[in-house]
Amino acid sequence: MSSAAESQFHVLAVDDSLIDRKLIERLLKISSYQVTTVDSGSKALEFLGSRVNDDRSSSDSLPSVSPSDHQGVEVNLIITDYCMPGMTGYDLLKKIKESSSLRDIPVVIMSSENVPSRITRCLEEGAEEFILKPVRLADVNKLRPHMMRTKKLKGQEQEQEQEQELQEESVTHCEIRSQPPRQHELEIEQSQQDQSQQIQQHQQQKSGNNNKRKALDVEEGLSPDRTRSRYNGVATF
Amino acid sequence: MEVGQMQRRLVEFTKSLFMEGFLDGQFLQLQQLQDESNPDFVVEVVSLFFQDSEKLLNDLTSALEQQNVDFKKVDAHVHQLKGSSSSIGAQRVKNACVVFRSFCEEQNLEGCMRCLQQVKQEFYLAKDKFETLFTLEQQILAAGGSIPATEITSF
Repeated sequence: MSSAAESQFHVLAVDDSLIDRKLIERLLKISSYQVTTVDSGSKALEFLGSRVNDDRSSSDSLPSVSPSDHQGVEVNLIITDYCMPGMTGYDLLKKIKESSSLRDIPVVIMSSENVPSRITRCLEEGAEEFILKPVRLADVNKLRPHMMRTKKLKGQEQEQEQEQELQEESVTHCEIRSQPPRQHELEIEQSQQDQSQQIQQHQQQKSGNNNKRKALDVEEGLSPDRTRSRYNGVATF
Repeated sequence: MEVGQMQRRLVEFTKSLFMEGFLDGQFLQLQQLQDESNPDFVVEVVSLFFQDSEKLLNDLTSALEQQNVDFKKVDAHVHQLKGSSSSIGAQRVKNACVVFRSFCEEQNLEGCMRCLQQVKQEFYLAKDKFETLFTLEQQILAAGGSIPATEITSF
């Protein structure tokens, strides 16, 4: 389950509930991720600010960073609770996506409430996934492709990436668990493949250009959507 | 009691907690997160839940005793309780919170008062069950036995 490369993935988890922070921290650590937890959106930004500025001074020029160059200071994914006092998870998401230095970091939203309009709003704003709480190991397994993608993008593909900034293409991928709880939770390994009880939604919208990266689209979870256009598609859940 | 007997008792007791709806699958998730590096994870998180919830129940009680009840505030407390109970798999507490929230939405004071009693009752019942469960586990460990894995597939 864990390889040396994957263990370098660093996740920033944001939740105002101490119990949920403990839970998400264990979930991520047992999946071999490096974890930092904070209890509010503003603390998350504070953490990201200091880290990112140190690490990537000229963030817009897409610095070439090889995996061995980040010494555990980079954040590969942010997972945040939706409902928090003060800055909500949605507010945090917006701030991250508005920031030129932060917007490449995949953001995943967690919420205890299955509110379709909320889910749509978060996905429109650039969230990679919307996970219903309580979070399970099977959900954590879904995070990996998003981190793999950023890692890949930061490597040999940056040139293509820059071109792509101009010909935006957006793919939203979201899986929503059905309720009530399923029976497959004991079989953690299999459960990520077991989608019999999951509603899967793949929403794709391309803005015109069917460009050369089309092939990559087919690979689930490796969608090159780091600079996403807002899609206007209507999501029904 | 010999170890084998205690182990069987633990298995039966755990099973009953699922059968009677006290626990749901999320509790199994917690158990899966416990390993050698974190041998007390479940007890830690559940204890945290009880501390946190006692405080929330006190806040709820006083919020509902106000002359002008702030239902938004009440709902926020219940929302928190619902979240933490569902995170540890305390299903009956969570279900009681779901009903409670619907009365908050209606701004139904009488309904809220009834729900508070209901939630309290479920909470103390759950606390009692968890304590029994953990005591059994400790007794088995103290006697040199190991904790049998929970083998429940239908929850």
